[in-house]
Amino acid sequence: MSNTTVIRVCMGPGGIAAGGKEVLDTFEKCLSEKNIEASVRENCSSHQVGCMGLCARDVLVEVHANGAKTTYQYIKPDMVERIVTEHISGGRPVAEWLVDDAFSAFYKKQVKVVLSDVGKVDPEDIDAYIAAGGYESAREALTSWTPRDIIDEIKSSGLRGRGGAGFPTGLKWELGRASAGDTKYIICNADEGDPGAFMDRAVIEGNPHSVAEGMIIGAYAIGASKGYVYIRAEYPLAVERLKLALHQAADRGFLGTGIFGTAMDFDIEIKLGAGAFVCGEETALIASIEGQRGMPRPKPPFPVNRGLWQRPTVINNVETLANIPYIIRNGCSWYASYGTERSKGTKVFALTGKIRNPGLIEVPMGITLREIIYEIGGGIENDKSLKAVQTGGPSGGCIPASMLDLNVDYDSLARAGSIVGSGGMIVLDEDDCMVNMAKYFVHFTQTESCGKCVPCRVGTKRLLEILTRITRGEGKTGDIELLERLSAGVKAASLCGLGQTAPNPVLSNIRYFRDEFVAHVRDKKCPAKVCREMLTYRILEKFCKGCGACLRACPGGAITGAKKKPHVIDPGKCIRCGACFDVCRFKSVEKE
Amino acid sequence: MVKVRIDGKEIDVPGSITILETARRNDIYIPTLCHHPKLTPFGGCRLCIVEIKGMPRPVASCTTQVAEGMEITTSTDAIEDIRKLVLELILSDHPNDCMVCEKAGSCTLQDLAYAYGIRDNEFPGERRTYTTRDGNPFIERDLEKCILCGRCVKACDEIQGVEAIDFGYRGFKSKICTAYEEDLDCEFCGQCVAVCPTGALTGKAWKQQGRTGGLREVDTVCPYCGTGCNITVHVKRNEIVRITSAEDTANEGWLCVKGRFGYNFASSPNRLTKPLIKRDGVFVEAGWDEALDHITARLGEIKAQHGSDAIAGLSSARCTNEENYVFQKFMRAAVGTNNVDHCARL
Amino acid sequence: MTNSIREIEGMDVLFIIGSNTKESHPVIANRMIKAYRRGARIIVADPRKVPMVKFADLFLRMRPGTDIALLNGIANVIVAEGLQNYDFIREKTAGFEEWKKTLEQFSPERVEQITGVPKEDIIKAARLYGGSRKAGIFYTMGITQHTCGTDNVRAIANLAVLTGNIGREYTGINPLRGQNNVQGSSDAACMPNVLPGYQRIDLPEIRQKFEAAWGVTIPPKPGLTATEMMDAAVEGRIKAMYIMGENPIITDPNMHHTTKALEGLDFLVVQDIFMTETAKLADVVLPAACSFEKNGTFTNTERRVQRVRKAVNPPGEARDDLSVIMEISRRLGYHMEYRSPEKVLEEYRQLWPAMGGITYGRLEGKGIQWPCPTPEHPGTEYLYKDGFPKGKVNFTPVSYNPPAELADKEFPFVLTTGRNLFQYHSGSMTRQVKAIEDHAGEPYVEISPEDGHTLGVSDGDVIRVISRRGEILIKARITRRVSAGTVFVPMHYREAAANALTNDALDPDVKIPEFKVCAVRLQTAS
Repeated sequence: MSNTTVIRVCMGPGGIAAGGKEVLDTFEKCLSEKNIEASVRENCSSHQVGCMGLCARDVLVEVHANGAKTTYQYIKPDMVERIVTEHISGGRPVAEWLVDDAFSAFYKKQVKVVLSDVGKVDPEDIDAYIAAGGYESAREALTSWTPRDIIDEIKSSGLRGRGGAGFPTGLKWELGRASAGDTKYIICNADEGDPGAFMDRAVIEGNPHSVAEGMIIGAYAIGASKGYVYIRAEYPLAVERLKLALHQAADRGFLGTGIFGTAMDFDIEIKLGAGAFVCGEETALIASIEGQRGMPRPKPPFPVNRGLWQRPTVINNVETLANIPYIIRNGCSWYASYGTERSKGTKVFALTGKIRNPGLIEVPMGITLREIIYEIGGGIENDKSLKAVQTGGPSGGCIPASMLDLNVDYDSLARAGSIVGSGGMIVLDEDDCMVNMAKYFVHFTQTESCGKCVPCRVGTKRLLEILTRITRGEGKTGDIELLERLSAGVKAASLCGLGQTAPNPVLSNIRYFRDEFVAHVRDKKCPAKVCREMLTYRILEKFCKGCGACLRACPGGAITGAKKKPHVIDPGKCIRCGACFDVCRFKSVEKE
Repeated sequence: MVKVRIDGKEIDVPGSITILETARRNDIYIPTLCHHPKLTPFGGCRLCIVEIKGMPRPVASCTTQVAEGMEITTSTDAIEDIRKLVLELILSDHPNDCMVCEKAGSCTLQDLAYAYGIRDNEFPGERRTYTTRDGNPFIERDLEKCILCGRCVKACDEIQGVEAIDFGYRGFKSKICTAYEEDLDCEFCGQCVAVCPTGALTGKAWKQQGRTGGLREVDTVCPYCGTGCNITVHVKRNEIVRITSAEDTANEGWLCVKGRFGYNFASSPNRLTKPLIKRDGVFVEAGWDEALDHITARLGEIKAQHGSDAIAGLSSARCTNEENYVFQKFMRAAVGTNNVDHCARL
Repeated sequence: MTNSIREIEGMDVLFIIGSNTKESHPVIANRMIKAYRRGARIIVADPRKVPMVKFADLFLRMRPGTDIALLNGIANVIVAEGLQNYDFIREKTAGFEEWKKTLEQFSPERVEQITGVPKEDIIKAARLYGGSRKAGIFYTMGITQHTCGTDNVRAIANLAVLTGNIGREYTGINPLRGQNNVQGSSDAACMPNVLPGYQRIDLPEIRQKFEAAWGVTIPPKPGLTATEMMDAAVEGRIKAMYIMGENPIITDPNMHHTTKALEGLDFLVVQDIFMTETAKLADVVLPAACSFEKNGTFTNTERRVQRVRKAVNPPGEARDDLSVIMEISRRLGYHMEYRSPEKVLEEYRQLWPAMGGITYGRLEGKGIQWPCPTPEHPGTEYLYKDGFPKGKVNFTPVSYNPPAELADKEFPFVLTTGRNLFQYHSGSMTRQVKAIEDHAGEPYVEISPEDGHTLGVSDGDVIRVISRRGEILIKARITRRVSAGTVFVPMHYREAAANALTNDALDPDVKIPEFKVCAVRLQTAS
């Protein structure tokens, strides 16, 4: 045991993007080369693992040797040989490539439940998951618990749906169990669609078996004989790993007929979504599985009563289901010991934006935004000042910097005008324009609207048009009030969650940053200097060295000037693209 | 039975019907655009929203079933504001050319705009524009007038079983089209035209021929197959310009391509308008008296010479019961033969 | 129909045989689709893959003219599996045992050989239909237009009686009438062997009733059927004909024979709305009113008598048929003075008890289905609720005989004919409608891809279709609707008239011609 060495290479979404596959291949190549001692070779294995969290420092590599864990950051293939030679063979870690204190700070406040095996087990190896205790919860649940026991356990754990709405999972299962019908379905909603969110993807790519196990337990609890995973086709690796996991589980008798030696039959089928955001809405998702256009259906009837093919159907999000095995294994009170009174347990967030340590984090509910941003996230990039945190994606809203001590839980965020949502968390700094931000999200929901109901289809279009004209400096008096009124109407009248929440980014941004809207409309100014139609670029004569960089960069031919003489921008020709601003080394281009 | 309260009025309803249906049966008005009683509920236009005590947000009455003790309010200031907003949004993306629209006078959208007094629009903006593209001679499609209520899609699927059209694209660009915008593979029954609440779908031949209100309507029976569909013939002066069928007829308002669009044979210039007598192999126009005298004389001669059974008569399934009765009576009583038959076997 | 159209939506099993319902009765097909949406199971038996197949649980693709073998085969399986309705057979039928013996030769294996329908499907069909007590059979000319048409209908009746699927709501036998008032024309006795209301002309007491009402003597001997008239005309026994609203040149089989018959007449009167192919042969042509131009009643396929109302005036000097016939009759010395169509119905209903309660006053709204004997009677939605007219109903043994003309070496294809969705019958109306002509104005012959390949014929090629009686030039349409060996030509197009090819062999009982099967060969046109 002590003389074995295990190398784990992060191949989560971030790791792969940073070259994790090449790093792993290089490790394997190096380890098989002749100049490595045979004893080292035999006792060393390298593995791909799921997301390790701090994606900003990918490729992350862990070396487990002599009972100790060493983590390397920013690893590229050409660095591998030295790690193998010095560390694996020589026993001397390469000190300058090791992670620093900030790295451990990133993990210090995190509590990993759903992610506890992500980044540790090889997602393509069922034995790795089993060795970590996997499928024991399902086995125990199916052989020695009653469905009622499971439902009670999940209810007591306080787990709420992690997909966005936060409906209590135990209660949903109870309703599913109580709903009459010979055939019932359980669906895993893996149609993750919020911009910037990749929690579900990381879970499936990092530990697909936990999702399958959660579904098996859920199916047993509600009495379902068939499960579907509805997953975006844009997640090919997740699909591939999930497929493999389901095959492996079926080979072991965890799926199929008479699973775990009991009388229960249960199969899981993968359904690929075509990337329509609205298909994350459960009734649209059902329509899509049925082969129809993904358009939401009115509720009631709720899917739990009449869902897929008109049969009782329970739909849970990936993260919700992946929690289940751990809750069963460790007990509801263990789980409930994390979090707040009404929001128990942990939640995974995709921390992105102007943050020093962007990545995938799992934190106990109730943690403050300050802790997330300044302790885990390491603060704002480039020492700018925090402006707001956007949570919940296109359905959510912004929390201003002034509310940094807000607890992150379902109720507190809702009170502040946002939502936990599926777990997207975008950090905004002084250079982000809140009008533009609202426009961005409304543009997203407008183009993703299914077109079925008028308020969403036409209402969000009109919201977008008003926001667009404001960002172009063409805002009219009364536009802000018009936005508020139209937003209220769209919220109240839309058919499904997509439309009902689409105006949230607008309303929340107006609520906390009204001045910025007013500046756009009344003064035709964008305080964050983002909205380009309102910007003027000017070259400051006293700083300009006449190097000609701006002149060459300008796509519109708006800059003139002789060599080594101050240059000038012709405002009539300037298209406000900002190329000159970006290219100037002397800070002589001013925008305002 | 379920007991509910709508606008304070206590109502007993047989269970499992919608709030909208309950209201309609009790003469309580709730505006709708996408709902059609013969099609499954859609819930898209949002005009029929009502408030239910204890529910956090208004619900669409067309898709929500009544439940015991439900207290429903069909009209409040908030609800009416939303309805008005929805109508303004629809009209902000509508040509509003009622002056020249075929549907004017029988357009649900026009009626609602009138009822809500919507003249100015707070939300002007981009309108969808389409180049007309249709290679069919029956149905005029004006997608700019389409409000995406989905009735045509449902009629095509649920009633006709053809599924020629569906929603396509997303967001503001959503439109009703064929799969991949290929050519229409269609039976041209026109059920979609019948259920369209606006001028988006009309009969091609209807164009500028007259609109509801300016036409005389006569209820009769379709002249084609034996189904006996009830039709309403719309007449301008002495010409048939449109055929429709009411929803409460034996055929539930559904027709086929022949019944709905195959009417203008009646005004064909090829119709026979004068009796014709063949003289030396050529037809010559004749007066009725002359023609009838000729017929009587010839039939009389042949009967006298060869007997009644040398004469035979064929009647038609296109003729009325009365005409058929009189024809066979004529053959039997006036000519004196049972040589009478019709096309039942053909 | 023994049922109403409305009842279709309540049926659990629909057995559609020889009916292209979706094209020939589209609005009845709407009801069938409604039943389908409710969960009804549908069996379609047809040589062609007709559009209704889309909704079918079971498609029995049979060879043309093998209906009896198929129906008897299904009955045989029902009996073998004990699915028959024992109570119904005991209480309401006669002749079961003798009939049962005749079924034995129709084993699934043999029926598969005759019909080409896999025996498994025959068994499935038997279980579906026989297993339901709310099953309806639907047929049209695909059943009747054969030399064995009457036997086909008997075989259908046997099947319904065997399972007791008749005489109750949502179950029965439903021939779908192809023309708006073909039911009414039959009811009103434009038929050579009966008086109005199917009252037998050979019975003296019946004749006496009508003679009293009409004030004349009615000849007791049944007359000639339409097809017999043509034969008689060729033979010179018929000298004159009066044709009101018919176009037999196009609609009768063997066009050359019909033309010869009508050309040989001493005198022909045609009363029509257009100068039809038949009218062209007339000595006198009278301009008639179409149904939009007159008042009266039509009776639809479910026996529903409905009001026809005048919407526009006839063009020019055209007159409605009623006034023309009354006038000729008067001039021939027999006075019929009806002041309005309503007065005709008043007389008619006095003479036929089933129509007794039907008056114009009661026909506002949705009409009334006969039988309706009294002014209080609501009409009858489905027939035989209170038993059968003759007490017990007989099982009639029916033997299978192949069609009169089979494919052979010289004429290797079987031609079947029928309607398409857009055109109607002889086309005298629909072919005047520009939109319909623009869309479906061209005749075509449906040929399977296999046969197209063998013959070297591609979609759109003009080919020659030749039978023993005639030939036509027509465009080929390559389609899987027909199977190899079978071709289909719609009947509507005078320029490529299907009935130039068809066989005028008749059913011996009711004289229906065999439009649905004849032998042809195909030749490339050049």
